[in-house]
Amino acid sequence: MSESIVELKNISKAYGSNTVLENINLSIRKNEFLTLLGPSGCGKTTTLRIIGGFETPDEGNLLFEGKKINTLPPYKRKVNTVFQKYALFPHLTVAQNIAFGLKIKKVNQSTIDEKVKAMLQLVNLAGYEDRDITSLSGGQQQRVAIARALVNEPEVLLLDEPLGALDSKLRKGMQIELKNMQQRLGITFIFVTHDQEEALTMSDTVVVMNEGIIQQVGTPTDIYNEPINRFVATFIGESNIVDATMIKDYLVHFADYDFNCVDFGFGENQPVDVVIRPEDIKLVPEGEGMIQGEVKSVVFKGVHYEMQIQAKDHVWLVHSTLMEPAGSRVGLQILPNDIHIMAKEVDG
Amino acid sequence: MVSRFFQRAYLFLIFLFLYAPIGILIIFSFNNSKSRVNWSGFTLRWYKEMIQDPQILSALYYTLVIAVLAAIFATLIGTFAAMGIHNMRRWQRTIVMNLTNLPVLNPDIVTGISLMILFVFLSSRFRVLNPGFLTMLLAHITFNIPYVILSVLPKFKQLDKNLYEAALDLGATPWYAFFKVILPEISPGIVTGGLLAFTLSLDDFVISFFTTGTGVSNLSILIYSMARRGVNPKLNALSALLFVTTLALLLIVNARSSKDRTRKGKI
Amino acid sequence: MNKRWFATPYLIWMVIFTIVPLFLIIFYAFTVKTDAGFVFSLEPFIRSLEPTYLKVIGRSVLLALISTIICLILGYPIAMILTSKAFSQKSIYLMLFVIPMWMNFLLRTYAWLTLLEKNGFINVFLRKIGLNPLNLLYTNQAVVLGMVYNFLPFMVLPIYSVLKKLDFSLIESAQDLGANSVEVFTKVIFPLSIPGVVSGITMVFMPAVTTFVISRLLGGGHFFLIGNLIEDQFLTAGNWHFGSALSVVLMLLIIISMLITSKYDTDKEGSVGLW
Repeated sequence: MSESIVELKNISKAYGSNTVLENINLSIRKNEFLTLLGPSGCGKTTTLRIIGGFETPDEGNLLFEGKKINTLPPYKRKVNTVFQKYALFPHLTVAQNIAFGLKIKKVNQSTIDEKVKAMLQLVNLAGYEDRDITSLSGGQQQRVAIARALVNEPEVLLLDEPLGALDSKLRKGMQIELKNMQQRLGITFIFVTHDQEEALTMSDTVVVMNEGIIQQVGTPTDIYNEPINRFVATFIGESNIVDATMIKDYLVHFADYDFNCVDFGFGENQPVDVVIRPEDIKLVPEGEGMIQGEVKSVVFKGVHYEMQIQAKDHVWLVHSTLMEPAGSRVGLQILPNDIHIMAKEVDG
Repeated sequence: MVSRFFQRAYLFLIFLFLYAPIGILIIFSFNNSKSRVNWSGFTLRWYKEMIQDPQILSALYYTLVIAVLAAIFATLIGTFAAMGIHNMRRWQRTIVMNLTNLPVLNPDIVTGISLMILFVFLSSRFRVLNPGFLTMLLAHITFNIPYVILSVLPKFKQLDKNLYEAALDLGATPWYAFFKVILPEISPGIVTGGLLAFTLSLDDFVISFFTTGTGVSNLSILIYSMARRGVNPKLNALSALLFVTTLALLLIVNARSSKDRTRKGKI
Repeated sequence: MNKRWFATPYLIWMVIFTIVPLFLIIFYAFTVKTDAGFVFSLEPFIRSLEPTYLKVIGRSVLLALISTIICLILGYPIAMILTSKAFSQKSIYLMLFVIPMWMNFLLRTYAWLTLLEKNGFINVFLRKIGLNPLNLLYTNQAVVLGMVYNFLPFMVLPIYSVLKKLDFSLIESAQDLGANSVEVFTKVIFPLSIPGVVSGITMVFMPAVTTFVISRLLGGGHFFLIGNLIEDQFLTAGNWHFGSALSVVLMLLIIISMLITSKYDTDKEGSVGLW
């Protein structure tokens, strides 16, 4: 396990009466690709800006390699940022933009030229040195922004929703490129996005945030398969969430059936939430399976069919490569491993 | 709607109205007599007299010097003011902008008189700022600054906020970021503001009239006192010269700006 | 260090050179000098209500209004023509119109001085064709002429810039709905040009009502508008209190006219609306 390079300890921040971050604790490891994920306003960008030095926390400490850097200005941090709208300097060429940080460090010109060339190669923009920024497409500007940040060999790269303005195909391509870059360069990437698919694709660690509070930290599979609460369950992927009663360990009751499951420790006859992913529900002939229902709608999504099955008191969302037409009666089968139990939240 | 002929005719009449007085002025600057009506032959003597007239030369000198200095100082103070204003909270900005608009909206005679009272008050009580060159310069700077602010502030508003942060992120200190990133972006506004200030100072009469002291006149004040005494062919010569200079400047500026436009369009 | 503080030099400058002087004027306007020093008094204001002075104020407002109206009547068609298809292609027409503005304001006024004289160009011309010479100079008409000549471009340019931005499809849709040329103008073009008209009126009326140069040069030594009165009080009569009171009256006039016009100004632009 590599040691942590950035640590946030009890960080809080408010703007006037609006609390943006509440008691954030996070430890970011060296060389990992970590994503801050959440809806708009959840505080992920503020967290990033605190790490970058553009905001100061009201409470708590920010540690870099063990040292407190709460008030250290951005130009003294070994951190570089790729901004959401790229923030390229319009009056400078591509090469001059990329060389900006190196010039400040008074690197000599021939070294600068070499490094700029290597960087442009890395981001697939070889030969673009003298181009005018305004003549570049969104994707190209994006890559210049990344090159400009990386050429300074920071220990941590911060990326603030950098792929937001790109079209879907380009976006997917860039996701893979960024992931490869991170692994090749071996530096820490801290990535901010509201797109959960993006987070799951690229990250080693995902930090789910909502309303200034960290909801869950884990690997993409952890977050997806074992969401810790209702928010994470609904935010990540699609889910079915139903009220249930935990009868005892390994046995839970919902939809008029006692299901075997693999969770324990919730007590006896306790109300709980049950989360089941749509792709984990299997369609079986009517009369078989644990739940009976009628197909309400079928939508072809290419990868699978998305069906809504009306059972007695819940509409189940089902993803399947098999299809039953609307109006037909079917049975639903759910395996114990695919039932995920969550404690009921106090607020609900 | 209205026929092309009438449009042309109307426009022609208007241009005649606008240019005839100036034209006649210029024509008679070459007249070999003081008459503004009878032609006595072509001469350049009024031009010679004008160029050698010490009052005219002195006025020209003061006009240029004050315009340049006032433009420089107003641009400096105004640019920094715009930066400060841009970073103010909304309520602070409203107050300051209303105050900034005050000298722009105030009739210039009131501005001139109020400054005169100030200078006389200061010079009589505290023996500073006797009316003269300095007071005129201070007055010019004062009425120029708001125009600089109004030219530069919009450029700050158009600035991408992230540009400054990106510069800091890449290692620039705040001053470095200002000079290398922000300044290039707002410089068109600064240039416009400076030129505007220069132009306003060149042409000013009322405020200069009230804030100057004996011996210091700019062109406008000189023309006023000469014109009050009646017609003077040297003024005609001066008019012709100024007209040609202004025309030339306008043509140059126009040519440069259309060159700029085609250059930008090409990329 | 917060960037707000960069404005401090300016703020200090403004206080010293704009706010304090204004206070001085207000101070003088409300005081008189007695042996005991300055004493609060409304005498300067009351004096401005005397018939002689009221006449001056009235004449200033009247002449300024007349000039403004003339500028509007003459200027609106100019703006329309400049934006019409025939002339808007070549920017030279606009330039030709703007060039006289750049000439020194005093020289422009002086030019009319030579034209309007008893033995000036116009009268000589009239005599030559057998008409009687006119007493043109040192009259109300001369002053109005001077005002119109100087301020006409300030009426035309704001209207021009508004008309230029006019969406031509609005005119076409009006025609499509059956409006003839006159109706297109009264119902579409003119209403949409009102912000420019208001701007133009402001930019003509204000300098016209406050001028003292035009009235002095073209009206003569005994022709008094408010501007001349104020100048006279400060430089000749030495009565700063009365002069200040008149200045305050002038400022009130300006504020009132701005309030009136701001009711019609739906297009809230910056005060340097010309650019």
